[in-house]
Amino acid sequence: MEKDFNINRSQPVIEILDLRKSFGSNHVLQGFDLNVFAGENVAVMGKSGSGKSVLIKCIIGLLPIDKGRLVVLGESVPDLDHHKLDVLRADVGFQFQGSALYDSMTVRENLEFPLRRHRDKLSGIPVDDLVLESLENVGLAHAINMMPSELSGGMKKRVALARTLIMRPKIILYDEPTSGLDPVTGKEISMLINEIQQRFNTAAIIITHDLGCAKVTSNRMVILHEGKNYAEGTYEEISHLNDKSVKAFFI
Amino acid sequence: MGLVKQLRYYFQETGNISLFATRFFREFLNPPYEFKELLRQCYMIGNKSLGLVGATGFIMGVVLTLQTRPTMIEFGAESWIPSMVGIAIVREIGPVLTALICSGKIGSGIGAELASMKVTEQIDAMEVSGTNPFKYLVITRVMACTFMLPVLVVYSDLISLLGSALVELIKGDVSFTLYFNNVFTYLSFSDLNPSIIKSFFFGFAIGIVGCYKGFTSDKGTEGVGRTANTAVVISSMLVFVLDFIAVLITDIFYSP
Repeated sequence: MEKDFNINRSQPVIEILDLRKSFGSNHVLQGFDLNVFAGENVAVMGKSGSGKSVLIKCIIGLLPIDKGRLVVLGESVPDLDHHKLDVLRADVGFQFQGSALYDSMTVRENLEFPLRRHRDKLSGIPVDDLVLESLENVGLAHAINMMPSELSGGMKKRVALARTLIMRPKIILYDEPTSGLDPVTGKEISMLINEIQQRFNTAAIIITHDLGCAKVTSNRMVILHEGKNYAEGTYEEISHLNDKSVKAFFI
Repeated sequence: MGLVKQLRYYFQETGNISLFATRFFREFLNPPYEFKELLRQCYMIGNKSLGLVGATGFIMGVVLTLQTRPTMIEFGAESWIPSMVGIAIVREIGPVLTALICSGKIGSGIGAELASMKVTEQIDAMEVSGTNPFKYLVITRVMACTFMLPVLVVYSDLISLLGSALVELIKGDVSFTLYFNNVFTYLSFSDLNPSIIKSFFFGFAIGIVGCYKGFTSDKGTEGVGRTANTAVVISSMLVFVLDFIAVLITDIFYSP
């Protein structure tokens, strides 16, 4: 059954048209198109090396694109200078595959870090309240003074999610949110992604290999194959497609 | 062919480090300034190196005095030992030895830390959260190295002289007062100034090489180890090259 929380289909928050990105002779994205709407979760699946992570790194401006149109929250990402890109990034959260928590900082300091540059966005709320609220959202308020080395894989993913949520983003980009986790913890993270979508009405692109995660979290799925969106639709629609390349994901 | 490749690699690396240093000078004057992180790095680099630098300095002072004593006695120049050891330590042995110790401890530490941050995407996470990682990680570390190395050199010089004085006290029955009187009679600012000035350059070289290798490290854990290793090799080599240049310049200005 399609889950459709509060998606505003007239308002795309991410618009991608004919996106191209190469690394030397390796043409990773070869004309990728995608629109993501406010409040919508889109899962992007594809084989390893198909350019899924490259796609979201282009969206956040970590990698420059070669060609195409890439508009996020009304701003053309390739045309933004460093300052404007930073301002945009305050509204776009990025969940890294390996969590990317700062080893030398406590959980509290990890969460406070994004506020150093974007404090004005949430100037009315005390930092301590923001940190505690974000940790409570992921069920880890008790870990506030722990170091990342003391956390399990699942806890690290949750803290990273709390660090993303502290900025109250409108869009969240998840890079393999359930990779390296056992099935139970992976399911918990998937449920948390859904909960965040419902509570904060965020739009999200979820890069994943995990079919279960895609099924639970996505309103729409995109299969990235040979640098293009090969197939697109709800989980049900995609799973019933009679195409060899698509079926390979459902075996 | 192997030699050509090696030469090309050498020149490429030299060019890349120069470009990295140019970026440092371009960015460090522009706000925002990361003062808190700079102080933290000064503490990490300076305070945490005191033990190692002190121990090696003390040993060097003791060894240098013990090794030169017999020859000096043979020439009837025993009374010259404090001034000779003092000048040798302040002018050359103190700065170069401290710089080499620091390139091993600090240079490799910075290289490995930044490389592992790169591998685990912490540097990307920093950029995504609106913090310029070059300013936060590179500028603070290079500045801390540049400021802390001269302090460590002065500290190492003092500990070395203390070690030397101890040997003189035990072997030659020379009091600490007499020893240090003798040292400071023959030491002048023309000995101390070049040594302090070149220490700033040593610190900068150690910091910039460590940061460059860490920031441009190959992905993967193997890259982290390789980064630490090459950071030490290149920064140690640079210390000797800079020392050679510094001595040539000093010779022009201070030669009698």
